[in-house]
Amino acid sequence: MIKAILIFNNHGKPRLSKFYEHYTEDTEQQIIRETFHLVSKRDENICNFLEGGLLIGGSDNKLIYRHYATLYFVFCVDSSESELGILDLIQVFVETLDKCFENVCELDLIFHVDKVHNILAEMVMGGMVLETNMSEIITQVEAQGKMEKSEAGIAGAPARAVSAVKNMNLPEMPKNINIGDISIKVPNLPSFK
Amino acid sequence: MALKIVKGSIDRMFDKNLQDLVRGIRNHKDDEAKYISTCIDEIKQELKQDNIAVKANAVCKLTYLQMLGYDVSWAAFNIVEVMSSSKFTYKRIGYLAASQCFHEGTDVIMLTTNQIRKDLSSPNQYDTGVALTGLSCFVTPDLARDLANDIMTLMSHTKPYIRKKAVLIMYKVFLKYPESLRPAFPRLKEKLEDPDPGVQSAAVNVICELARRNPKNYLSLAPLFFKLMTSSTNNWVLIKIIKLFGALTPLEPRLGKKLIEPLTNLIHSTSAMSLLYECVNTVIAVLISLSSGMPNHSASIQLCVQKLRILIEDSDQNLKYLGLLAMSKILKTHPKSVQSHKDLILQCLDDKDESIRLRALDLLYGMVSKKNLMEIVKKLMLHVDKAEGTTYRDELLTKIIDICSQSNFQYITNFEWYISILVELTRLEGTRHGHLIASQMLDVAIRVKAIRGFAVAQMATLLDNAHLLTGNTQRNGICEVLYAAAWICGEFSEHLEDPMQTLEAMLRPKVATLPGHIQAVYVQNAAKLFATVLRKHDGETESQAAQETSQLLIDRLPLFVQSANLEVQERASCILQLVKYIQKLQQKNVEVAEEVTALFAGELNPVAPKAQKKVPIPEGLDLDAWINEPPSESESEDEKPKAVFAKEEPKHSRSRHTEVDEKELARRREVRKQEQANNPFYIKASPSSQKVYDAPGVEHIPVVQIDLSVPLKVPGMPMSDQYLKLEVERRQKEKAERKKKEKKKKREKRGKERKADSGPESEEDITPAHQVDIVTEEMPENALPSDDDDKDPNDPHKALDIDLDKPLADSEKLPVRTHRPEALKSPAEDRDSESVPQETKKKSGKEKKKDKEKDRKRSKEEKKKKKKHKEVEEELLESQPEEAVQSEETKEAAAPPTSTSAEQEVCVLMCVCLQEVTAPSSAAAAVDTSSAAAPESEPDEPKDTEPEDTKSSKHKKKKQKKEKEEKEKKKKKRHHHHHQHHSDAGGEDSVQNGTVEEEEPLPVSQSHSVSLKQEVKVYDIQGNHQDESKVVVSVIFENKSDSFLKSMEFNVLDSLNSKLQRPEGAGAHDSLTVPFQLPPGVSNEARFVFSVQSIIMPQKLKGTLTFIVKSDESSTHEKLDFKLHFTCTSYLITTPCYSDAYAKLLESGDLKGSSLRLEGINMPFHHLLARICFHHHFSVVERIDSCASMYSRSIQGHHVCLLVKTSDQTVSIDAKCDEPSLLGNVLDEIKQTFSKC
Repeated sequence: MIKAILIFNNHGKPRLSKFYEHYTEDTEQQIIRETFHLVSKRDENICNFLEGGLLIGGSDNKLIYRHYATLYFVFCVDSSESELGILDLIQVFVETLDKCFENVCELDLIFHVDKVHNILAEMVMGGMVLETNMSEIITQVEAQGKMEKSEAGIAGAPARAVSAVKNMNLPEMPKNINIGDISIKVPNLPSFK
Repeated sequence: MALKIVKGSIDRMFDKNLQDLVRGIRNHKDDEAKYISTCIDEIKQELKQDNIAVKANAVCKLTYLQMLGYDVSWAAFNIVEVMSSSKFTYKRIGYLAASQCFHEGTDVIMLTTNQIRKDLSSPNQYDTGVALTGLSCFVTPDLARDLANDIMTLMSHTKPYIRKKAVLIMYKVFLKYPESLRPAFPRLKEKLEDPDPGVQSAAVNVICELARRNPKNYLSLAPLFFKLMTSSTNNWVLIKIIKLFGALTPLEPRLGKKLIEPLTNLIHSTSAMSLLYECVNTVIAVLISLSSGMPNHSASIQLCVQKLRILIEDSDQNLKYLGLLAMSKILKTHPKSVQSHKDLILQCLDDKDESIRLRALDLLYGMVSKKNLMEIVKKLMLHVDKAEGTTYRDELLTKIIDICSQSNFQYITNFEWYISILVELTRLEGTRHGHLIASQMLDVAIRVKAIRGFAVAQMATLLDNAHLLTGNTQRNGICEVLYAAAWICGEFSEHLEDPMQTLEAMLRPKVATLPGHIQAVYVQNAAKLFATVLRKHDGETESQAAQETSQLLIDRLPLFVQSANLEVQERASCILQLVKYIQKLQQKNVEVAEEVTALFAGELNPVAPKAQKKVPIPEGLDLDAWINEPPSESESEDEKPKAVFAKEEPKHSRSRHTEVDEKELARRREVRKQEQANNPFYIKASPSSQKVYDAPGVEHIPVVQIDLSVPLKVPGMPMSDQYLKLEVERRQKEKAERKKKEKKKKREKRGKERKADSGPESEEDITPAHQVDIVTEEMPENALPSDDDDKDPNDPHKALDIDLDKPLADSEKLPVRTHRPEALKSPAEDRDSESVPQETKKKSGKEKKKDKEKDRKRSKEEKKKKKKHKEVEEELLESQPEEAVQSEETKEAAAPPTSTSAEQEVCVLMCVCLQEVTAPSSAAAAVDTSSAAAPESEPDEPKDTEPEDTKSSKHKKKKQKKEKEEKEKKKKKRHHHHHQHHSDAGGEDSVQNGTVEEEEPLPVSQSHSVSLKQEVKVYDIQGNHQDESKVVVSVIFENKSDSFLKSMEFNVLDSLNSKLQRPEGAGAHDSLTVPFQLPPGVSNEARFVFSVQSIIMPQKLKGTLTFIVKSDESSTHEKLDFKLHFTCTSYLITTPCYSDAYAKLLESGDLKGSSLRLEGINMPFHHLLARICFHHHFSVVERIDSCASMYSRSIQGHHVCLLVKTSDQTVSIDAKCDEPSLLGNVLDEIKQTFSKC
């Protein structure tokens, strides 16, 4: 079981938090802070597993994380998950984001948390891995996106226009995470489906 | 219209959307909180608007704010609104918000049931998908119960996308609603072979998750998984399955043997590291499970270790970490194969990654043996010196101590070496673990007798050099070792070479800067040393030395007498006075040494850590009882302090117990002495203090002198390394010697090793340098051997420990729901009607057993009750493993419900559930008409007899009564058709519900009975917990006619004692309107509250129901009479009671007794108890063999206690109650219950 999925940046600002067990908002924030504290002081090139047991649940739990440019992707899982499998899953998640946002960067995650949640929902459901095949995930996400567009119809057009205008005067839209650049050696699952 | 939409959206586009909110927050870095609070205000405004788009936008923003830590639960209702939008876009926003912030405590969740159900059956797969995803995050027990069947249907959906989600969510449903596991499991199992790999993977996922917690229930699936494992190519699935096998093999070694080969093949063939790793892990698990029986798997072990070595040597830190992790598992059973890779592991200690270093340390822990302990610790000591950062160094320190002290110092052959290590560790700067070292020193010195001389010498040196340890205030942690040093020197002072010098060191003025608890130990042990010094000079007349010592103490102790620490002060003043007195005696040349020594005679033995916990509570001792009554609130402030100090006589009669305890203690002391005398590991206290000096066992240790000589000459601190050399030499020497006199040695050794530490025989070639007595800890006599204190009682998976191989009983159906009849939709009724059974559709019969079902939401009051009762009900269920009724139904039940028939089955079921819920304390009474109706209209109905039986048996349990009434109408033609139908259903109904009223059809109704239409009522009479004089009666109205019934009015003729509660302003004889109408074939339930004054007698109330029958041509006014029977048991509330409280209650003497004998009861005792519990609302307090005490309480607080005994078909019930007539009536009712079975 996956207990929680957290994305935060190098400064500990949460970009996405998904808890599969209920905690109060305060506890959630504390968990995010502590996780950031644990993860951020680790060097690059050391292992991606951390026994963070005390945070969520018991000693059965592990933190498995990856660091991409400005973002940390942290999965808190229990012993039923394969460590390397989850690392792969994170990779699939990021690659999927990359495809869906076309060269994803932190700003995409900042402004479109809802979309990120929707993508995640196609991969992990209620703490269990639902789908690991990237093309399948993207197909479903796109189909839902299409539905959304068709529902918006005429009515959606002006809203989209306005939002485009609003985005125009956004100087801070640089695309600044290239996942491609940071090649982390993924122990690959050849028939990973 | 379109224009309007466009206009609306133009208005909206200037609303702040999520992106604007985020942007705004980023632009207000300085006053973020303030900005967000204005945003929240805006959101609140938006939520008030009718436009769903605006609301959705607001909810979307709230979801973002929730992530930032803002509580948005206040918007829960709006979230539900957005969820129920018909547009997918908004629905998804709503479900996302719900999944982020709903939880079991969210009360609006109960409003979502229908919406979710609707979405689940939506033709659009994404509506369904989004609902499943959301539900997976916030499913509650209620939702799980209500939706389980819908989800199960989705498991066979045509779209794999839905199937896989439905399969996955079943796990959550099982967790929340364990009863669903068995009915749903067959289908889940089917899904393991689903053509779609995603669905298959989901099913594997769910089953693995289930099996991980309760593996034994899933052993039967092993062949299926084995097949999957050899055929699947999906690595995710393979990993899960292989992990699952890892959990199964310990339970079934044969499985392990089969697995080895395919796993080995996978290890050789796969290129995926994750899969390789999991295979290795499972092979290890298999080997562990086989380790006892099968010797010949060294090839597999070698393969694993070899592969792991490759992982550990990899440059990828992740692989290295996992390699070490897996290695540690092999270590437990095959330490030898790991030990050959010691080099690699020691190398990992130098890794820059702390996680890896820690893992390597863990491995070392298991790799030590007698042979290599010294060497490994030496390496660790080097690391300690090198380590930067106190955290890791502290970790090393604790590991060194762990490694050395593991399993009772098993691997230590030379304790002098260990003491030296400990002393060296005290040189660490700034460690937090001073106390750890101290406790080790104490432990070793106390438990290894032979080492005491050496330890004392070392400790004396430490004390002498105490300034080195305490010089720097930052090193505070380490001064804890002085505590140990002082104590050891004092306690074993007979080993001191120069006690005078040590005494002097302990009384230095500098000591006063140490922490208080250490000073206290110093002072106390100074006194012990003093005693030793006196003893030493015993016999010498006019001993100058002895008098000097007294003088020294008298000079130095005043410093401690002034200490701010109470403990130090107290001890110092006592000892000071003592010494002054001794000095006087000395001056008179009186021999004092012996008396002073006697003060400290005897030995202190180590006590096991859990000893305190395991002291059995003496019988009759109630730890929760007050010894003194707590001061009452009203007591004035100034009186309180008095009470604290005054030795008041205990107000309770506790003294009795203490007396017993004294005697008991004396007796136990004797027993313990006996035990200790027979225990070879127990160091006996020497009978007289003098004998302490020649400790037994020391003299026959030949090696001691050799080792002692060297280190003692070292003036400063000892060097552990020297021992390493010495040890090597010693071992060589011993080896040579042993060769010479092998035979002789053997015999000798056996004698010696009697009490020695228990190293594994494999290492017998290394004899310890010291033959040591390792003292096991003391445990209290009668200690309970239970060690299972660490199970979590709240683990939700416990409930899922269910046997899945048993065939499904008919009772095990998922609750299914009926379509709600349109006519019933009046808002007041809304909820109730959900569960209204529809007569017309009664195919089912099968589902009835769902006794456990609780009602869906009702009024809050009911909910509360429900909670209380849940426990009770569960208890009941357990105690009633087989319902009497069940067996009769099995035939019908055999066929599992198919999805098509499901709907039809629902209605009847629901009716039952409903009832039961309403009557939490009793099982609900469902009513059946057939028995009543059939005799009149169709006496030859074949099913009649069966229902009667079952009904009656069940009936007893419950207090409910039901009545049936039949209504007559003219339409005779239809009679046949209808009747058949009814009686059919009726028969089945009755079986499930089983309650039949003895009142039978009322005379009134019979007189009427011309036509076939009937109306049935079921009553459940139920005490109200909140109010001692209220009783709630649930009535089910069932329309068996084919006409429409409306304007029903319910009235009861009040008696003096019992009155129907009418709304304010209504007259005493007004009738109450039943808040619904009944279309043909429909039933519904209404509840009425009665106020009751006296509950000690059963009573009957007469009542009338009037209603209008509307048929095609006409409408007529009809009337139906009935009787309500309030039994005494309906006033009882199941209340748990603890046996001590129960005993007290019986002792109190307030209760009057009565008894009852039942002959010819031919049922197992637990059924009997269950029956009493169930029908009469008792709870079992205690059960011993064929005797049980039971308790219940009436709504007015009368206690009813039963003592039920059975022997040979005779049951005797002795009962006590503070109200004799109530008791009499209850017993009568119990009798009646059993007379019917």
